[in-house]
Amino acid sequence: MNIHEYQAKQLLAQYGVPVPPGEVCADANAAKEAAAKLFAQGETLVVIKSQIHAGGRGKGTFKSGFQGGVKLCKTADDVFEKAKAMLGNVLVTKQTGAEGRLVSKVLVAGAPHIKKELYCAVLLDRALSRPIVMVSTEGGMDIEQIAADHPEKIIKEAVDPAVGLLPFQGRKLAVALGLTGGLIAAGAKMFSALYKTWWECDASMIEINPLCIIAAPDGKESLLAVDAKMSLDDNALYRHANIQAMRDLAEEAPLETEASKYNLNYITLDGNIACLVNGAGLAMATMDIIQHFGGLPANFLDVGGGATKEQVTAAFRIILSDPHVKGILVNIFGGIMQCDIIATGIVAAVKETKLNLPLVVRLEGNNVQLGKQILRDSGLPIISGDSMADAAQKAVTAVGKR
Amino acid sequence: MSILVNSQTKVLVQGITGSFGARHTQLSLDYGTQIVAGVTPGKGGQTFDHGVHKVPVFDTVGAAAQQTGATVSVIFVPPPFAADAILEAVDAGLDLIVCITEGIPVNDMVKVKQAMLGKKTRLAGPNCPGVVTPGEGPDSKGGCRIGISPGYIHKKGHIGVVSRSGTLTYEAVWQLTCRGVGQSTCVGIGGDPVNGTSHLDIVKMFNDDPDTHGIIMIGEIGGSAEEEAAEWIQKNCRKPVAGFIAGATAPPGRRMGHAGAIVSGGKGTAAAKIESFKQAGIGIAATPSEMADTLLKMM
Repeated sequence: MNIHEYQAKQLLAQYGVPVPPGEVCADANAAKEAAAKLFAQGETLVVIKSQIHAGGRGKGTFKSGFQGGVKLCKTADDVFEKAKAMLGNVLVTKQTGAEGRLVSKVLVAGAPHIKKELYCAVLLDRALSRPIVMVSTEGGMDIEQIAADHPEKIIKEAVDPAVGLLPFQGRKLAVALGLTGGLIAAGAKMFSALYKTWWECDASMIEINPLCIIAAPDGKESLLAVDAKMSLDDNALYRHANIQAMRDLAEEAPLETEASKYNLNYITLDGNIACLVNGAGLAMATMDIIQHFGGLPANFLDVGGGATKEQVTAAFRIILSDPHVKGILVNIFGGIMQCDIIATGIVAAVKETKLNLPLVVRLEGNNVQLGKQILRDSGLPIISGDSMADAAQKAVTAVGKR
Repeated sequence: MSILVNSQTKVLVQGITGSFGARHTQLSLDYGTQIVAGVTPGKGGQTFDHGVHKVPVFDTVGAAAQQTGATVSVIFVPPPFAADAILEAVDAGLDLIVCITEGIPVNDMVKVKQAMLGKKTRLAGPNCPGVVTPGEGPDSKGGCRIGISPGYIHKKGHIGVVSRSGTLTYEAVWQLTCRGVGQSTCVGIGGDPVNGTSHLDIVKMFNDDPDTHGIIMIGEIGGSAEEEAAEWIQKNCRKPVAGFIAGATAPPGRRMGHAGAIVSGGKGTAAAKIESFKQAGIGIAATPSEMADTLLKMM
């Protein structure tokens, strides 16, 4: 699960990571008040940031024509104007796709003078099966590009989960970032707090980009997490009621939210051949084989190992809610599931949803003959596929090549 | 011969009284698996009855192993308690733990991995279909079925199968069986980002097993375990290996059902894995329908 920047900063602040002072606002008046408060506290510049899960906000464009989902302001009135332009409008960035995302909240925060931008992230290193804290001097940039072009500029420190990130490891990272003097201790403290947030919240990733060296008017330097991105391990959400409450359904595709109610693993894609499959690996492979034969999959859908008739019906309803779908491919390997039960579920779902698109069904496994018999006897125009390849080819032919 | 388990292997079931654990214990007993004990804390002294079988239930893994001689455990306990169940079985000194449970928090598995360092116990999974060494009876009965795989799709023989995905394993096994080709052992290593046993661990065992003559290795997007195995195969493997990688069409940044199946930061793509297979001389099935044929052509 992903959360908003302002939510990530709330969690980080609780663990002692320094973040800029600020408030999240849902209307322009509140934004103006929040800005006035910041100016009164001595901030000379305030930033207003659209809160959507996608990146690239600063360079995004609103559908209204307004440029930029992140703006610097010198007055509270300016914050009010910018908030009015952002709130209730749809922001399109390179990560949102053409449909964009509705901005319903903005973060109004202090924007102190940045002396240098750095990068920091905490994530799982799968090969080590350990968390790592990763830093780079190349802050504010696309880290994937840095990793590709200058891997030597990325420094990693693996953490033993039994003891956590040790102070010397934090200092190592700080020194590797070129920090000196008092900033070394400040950096070590910050990395320790970041790691603690990651571990205790069961995060899958925390990214601070940029992590900034800030210069106060008196010249005193400090560190600040100016932006924050955080995603959480779905498997661990059950033990974090506070984080569950941060889920923003508006950020999720409605069909995916609907599918999750039935414990169906569903992801919308761009194609027109819908798939309904049992098992995640087989579901991915079904998408792949559709593409192999010249079609485009409309979704990933894993109904799980023990799908019920209700789940199969819900799955059909969800698939058919996607207006791009022109045909359906059902691929079930009934290992433990009985093919006859699945066939009964398919027939019921087709009747209930009054399906009028081509439907190709490939059944294999337990009671497969009985299952195929049920499909034949239903009198429905169901196309039978003998293997995955046969079924995929029939589905592509029925829908027409791309 | 086979790897990990055979028809003589004595197995205990953690979570035997839950509905999922109970159903698959029954299927394993029907298959001929030596299920010798169950463990459910608080239900020690009861028996798990199925047909002629009366499986004693214990409160602890330690007692179950000591009194029955079980050397392998299969875990069906719910996600919040699964990490603890694994470590209890490690503490009891078992040889192999097969964890079926799906949905264990990643950090729990990070802790488990650290705690298992230096221990003799091997963990397969979590979030896996289990391990099957087919037997000689009808529908491959008389072998050792641990987990949730359908037993009847197997056939005793000489191909080793290793996969992160359950249903894709069944697909490969069924393709082999339909062509009259049997399997030595089929191992599901699970779809989670942190797991106990890697593709490479299993490939090494197959390479050393005189009864395994060829290997099907099925991977998917995410991580770099397939690349690691491919590199070793290129240098060391004496047996033909065919493979398939699922997820070539998966959008980056999305978790495709399995917690571990995600392309992040440009890493773990199907294209990179397929390229590493090519480099290593691993036969690549262009579609999942051709996994068995790709291997058989190489043999």
